[in-house]
Amino acid sequence: MVEFTLPANSKITKGKTHKAPDGATNIRRFKIYRFDPDSGETPRLDTFEVDMDSCGPMVLDALLKMKNEMDPTLTFRRSCREGVCGSCSFNIDGTNTLACTKAIDEIKGDVKIYPLPHMAVVKDLVPDLSVPYAQYASIEPWIKTDSPLPQGERLQSPEDRAKLDGLWECILCFCCQTSCPSYWWNGDRYLGPAVLLQSYRFIADSRDEATGERLDDLDDPFRLFRCHTIMNCTSTCPKGLNPGEAIAGIKMGLGKRRS
Amino acid sequence: MQYRSSLSKARGLGSAKEGIEHWWVLRLTALALVPLSLWFAFSVVTLVGGDYETYRAWAGEHGNAMLLVLLVICLFHHAQLGVQVIIEDYVHHEGIKVASIIATKFTAVFFGASSVAAVLRITFGG
Repeated sequence: MVEFTLPANSKITKGKTHKAPDGATNIRRFKIYRFDPDSGETPRLDTFEVDMDSCGPMVLDALLKMKNEMDPTLTFRRSCREGVCGSCSFNIDGTNTLACTKAIDEIKGDVKIYPLPHMAVVKDLVPDLSVPYAQYASIEPWIKTDSPLPQGERLQSPEDRAKLDGLWECILCFCCQTSCPSYWWNGDRYLGPAVLLQSYRFIADSRDEATGERLDDLDDPFRLFRCHTIMNCTSTCPKGLNPGEAIAGIKMGLGKRRS
Repeated sequence: MQYRSSLSKARGLGSAKEGIEHWWVLRLTALALVPLSLWFAFSVVTLVGGDYETYRAWAGEHGNAMLLVLLVICLFHHAQLGVQVIIEDYVHHEGIKVASIIATKFTAVFFGASSVAAVLRITFGG
């Protein structure tokens, strides 16, 4: 929702500084957004001085080092540490991306890490993703068929299988979803790039028999047509996918069936 | 406090099952406006320096009148469709949103109709 006056807790104060250990010579400064809704305090930006000589190369390595060695209350999601699970998505250096695949060397100056934009914050770098998860559930992301079960697999030609490339790789990190201004303003009704890409993954699947119903459910001024091809989604995707193109594919499908 | 599940909120009132029409006509009118606007700009430039009667004679010519009517219809239709998108993007108060969309459509129809009437009057009114 557009708000011209900033809501409470939008003002970020200067936080604590966690100094590097004595003798450290190769230091990088990390500025991390900290917020605990239960504390009643406004958010703050903590500074962590990390000794890079004893730290791995990725932003996630530094976050884990900060949590393990400097401040155990630092809260964030992480799991696979190899760009497959989609847990450690943050706004890093002004762009939504995965901490585990973002090299610290790629960033100039202080490394600023905020939670994914425009979502309610549960704590520190953990956003409340219950709305996009429910939107994902609402598009019924599974193969739907009415034909009787075949004896073996449901067959698909290599050409049809190739149509799913660039779609199945999505890890639902919601970097694209939360980079989209349309999703910021109308996230309650617009499904957003991640969910629309997932929906197109099943629309484009030759084995699915519910294509028409899926298109019916998306033919809506808010669910689909809040997309104004801003393309933040495509430029921010840490997996190099193109949600903008997938959304265009849905619009093409809606157009094709009319004439 | 609201005791509605996230899924219930995500499904909301369901799909409007219309959206492609608005999107498509917005693009179709934009496409039509490219040659119409170029023609209009070119015509006005060639008439620069002319007096009232010159413009009136130009607008009263059959082909020019037809293109002017098309330009006006496409322009106001495109404008009201586009402004509706902007209102839906940024206005979240349901009452203000609906009132703004109605006002936009009425305004477009009013000025569109008066422009068409003006062209017709020049052409047929003598």
